[in-house]
Amino acid sequence: MAERKLFKGNEAVAEAAVRAGCRFFFGYPITPQNEIPEYMSRRLPEVGGVFLQAESEIAAINMVYGAAGAGGRVMTSSSSPGISLKQEGISYIAGAELPCLIVNMVRGGPGLGGIQAAQSDYFQAVKGGGHGDYHCIVYTPSSVQEMVDLTMQAFDVAERYRMPVMILGDAVLGQMMEPVVLPDPRPTDAASAGWATTGARDGRAPRLINSIYLKPDELFQHNLKLQARFEQAKAAEVRYEAVNTDDADVVLVAYGTTSRVCRSAMDRARAAGVRVGLVRPITVSPFPYQAIADVARTARALLTVEMSLGQMVEDVRLAVCGAAPVHFYGTTGGIVPTASAIAEEARKIAMAEVGK
Amino acid sequence: MVEELIIAGFGGQGVMLMGQLLSYAGMREAKNVSWMPSYGPEMRGGTANCSVVISTDSIGSPIVTEPMTLIVMNRPSLDRFEQAVRPGGLLIHNSSLIDREPERTDIRIIAVPAVEMAREVGSDRVANMCVLGAYLAATGVVAYESVAECLKEVLPERRHDLIPLNLKALARGASMVKP
Amino acid sequence: MKQVYAVPKSLQPQATHYCPGCTHGIAHKLVAETIDELGVRDRAIGVAPVGCAVFAYDYFDCDFQQAAHGRAPAVATGIRRVVPDAVVFTYQGDGDLASIGAAEIIHAAMRGERISVIFINNAVYGMTGGQMAPTTLVGQKTTTSPAGRELGHAGSPIRIAEMLATIPGAAYVARVSLSSPANVARAKKAIRKAFDTQLSGAGFSLVECLSTCPTNWGMAPIEAMEWLEKNMIPYYPLGEFRTPEGGASNG
Ligand SMILES: Cc1ncc(C[n+]2csc(CCOP(=O)(O)OP(=O)(O)O)c2C)c(N)n1
Ligand code: SF4
Ligand SMILES: [Mg+2]
Repeated sequence: MAERKLFKGNEAVAEAAVRAGCRFFFGYPITPQNEIPEYMSRRLPEVGGVFLQAESEIAAINMVYGAAGAGGRVMTSSSSPGISLKQEGISYIAGAELPCLIVNMVRGGPGLGGIQAAQSDYFQAVKGGGHGDYHCIVYTPSSVQEMVDLTMQAFDVAERYRMPVMILGDAVLGQMMEPVVLPDPRPTDAASAGWATTGARDGRAPRLINSIYLKPDELFQHNLKLQARFEQAKAAEVRYEAVNTDDADVVLVAYGTTSRVCRSAMDRARAAGVRVGLVRPITVSPFPYQAIADVARTARALLTVEMSLGQMVEDVRLAVCGAAPVHFYGTTGGIVPTASAIAEEARKIAMAEVGK
Repeated sequence: MVEELIIAGFGGQGVMLMGQLLSYAGMREAKNVSWMPSYGPEMRGGTANCSVVISTDSIGSPIVTEPMTLIVMNRPSLDRFEQAVRPGGLLIHNSSLIDREPERTDIRIIAVPAVEMAREVGSDRVANMCVLGAYLAATGVVAYESVAECLKEVLPERRHDLIPLNLKALARGASMVKP
Repeated sequence: MKQVYAVPKSLQPQATHYCPGCTHGIAHKLVAETIDELGVRDRAIGVAPVGCAVFAYDYFDCDFQQAAHGRAPAVATGIRRVVPDAVVFTYQGDGDLASIGAAEIIHAAMRGERISVIFINNAVYGMTGGQMAPTTLVGQKTTTSPAGRELGHAGSPIRIAEMLATIPGAAYVARVSLSSPANVARAKKAIRKAFDTQLSGAGFSLVECLSTCPTNWGMAPIEAMEWLEKNMIPYYPLGEFRTPEGGASNG
């Protein structure tokens, strides 16, 4: 077995990005993700890359725009209040069809909120937090190892679809340490040869990175193109994990840290004779609608669990489309739900459904 | 096998390091481990704590709210976490600095006069290792040898000359506990 | 018995969350004393930043609003326009004011907004754990400039007082240091002048306070004071850069 190393989630993301060939990082400090820029400030110069602390998140995301448009493999990271500021830039990046990675180690909001873990940026991440008709691909890792793996993959996917990719983590994932196996470093050449503004040398035609289309029919066509590309991603990039769903009366749906607590809750419930299963979206955009529709056909009920007051549950309801009752259990403000509370909730639902 | 513990104390008492050492040792023994620190301005108040989970199965929540074991190095931490320990669990406290007896009667309690012990082996600074030694002897969650091996990884290079002292402290702490 | 010291009335009698030796506490006291002297506690409205002083509202005994990171001057502008006779002040760190909030502070000064700004320059991001600030000195090590701030990479530290003094709407701009009793006494005078400037209707006022962050500088409090005097004052000269009377004085 490859060597396991103990890594803090934030540092694991940073190291994985370097190994994925990311050579440019632009960011601004904010708890609980400071270890990412701090790690990059040490690490990127070692590999000939550039770390720059911007004057704000707005500047940082626009540095990402410029760097991606110039063909750099580039990322930024922040946490909720800072991600809100990046939304304008993310919209422009989507409009200009630029690949990049944005990491959000979510903390409780709204406003300044707190610094403990939350999942309350789901709508913002998944439904397009900036203006306009666009989507990002959004990964929701649930362990430090998965943060490494998905970070590696995120750059490829961003470049394949020429769209911004987000890792939607949370404060727990950023701060915790777990063993990881690090993949070997990859080549650094970004797949931008055909469109990046690198200077119209040797007689090549000038290129433009841009998101303005004043003629409605041109913007119409442009947006259709973006949408078609997201449709391709829907067909090819949806990822999820389903555990014990075959015989489950109640299927839990949860992502990220919450999905880990749900796994413990599932084990507890099963030990007490309640048949509980779990679907864990690994991409929440595109969302695993089909997988959830499938379990809704066999389960008596679903229970969505979030560290927010009901965001992903809307997508679960869309997927289930009335085929089974969809219940919700959520915590907010930086409180992580406990396995015992979720197991109890699942037990109550199972009792009620079996009694029907 | 699963162990879920909270280690808490003042910043500077080495509680984060204790948690990391256990995590490294668990990883060395091919177990699953997670370590989750308190962080941010909360730490300015002077208290620090970490949750550690060591398990042969995959680990659910890395945040421990009802610890099977609680290790506290100071009074505020005892006050804050004592009631959270699971019935039948274990509480190890640094009796050199804690001026009250724990109240719980439904858990195993081990008092470690850590500062005196640490002075005995050579330095106040290894009080945390005395407590950790007692924990290892009391629970056997990871082997003493694994922890000893991991000191190299956890301590920065410039501190490696302190490894023998740390080992003595671990052994001293262990010697006071009957498994 | 003669009372020689009392907690200013505009401060709530309670301990702060600031680290031992941090100068935020001194700055709070000076602002509160000024509010007391002017007898304006009941019409003072403070704006708290995002930074270690985010909880300033817990310590001042007057109305407060808490602003998004860097936006305090815009929030203060909103307050100013709704409550014309209020005494409005912001209290901002160097990350808050000089980095993310650079646009807001410049434009508040441009408009001659009648607000007083207390600007705490501690050369670092305190609250988030010691990252580089726009005021970090060249060569100074921080968690995001591990090899020391490099001129060719991050540029030179920003001198806010000098920069804002070029703006006509800025009626009073001074830089003081919180590093010694004599300097603190001068700081007090400057803060009083800033509030006087606001009350007289002359325009925008700002006092930049050179401050310490022993925690993130990795120094004992006294050592931090010495470091400030030895390293910060030479780069950030003390003095008044603009006064309502039109004068400037360095010293
Ligand atoms: C939009 C946004 N970005 C970043 C942060 C994180 N943050 C909190 S305080 C702070 C900087 C504080 O530094 P400074 O303004 O110098 O104040 P000090 O703590 O040093 O007094 C930052 C970046 C935030 N809360 N919101
Ligand atoms: S971190 Fe620095 S600025 Fe913040 S309270 Fe502590 S010493 Fe003061
Ligand atoms: Mg500062």
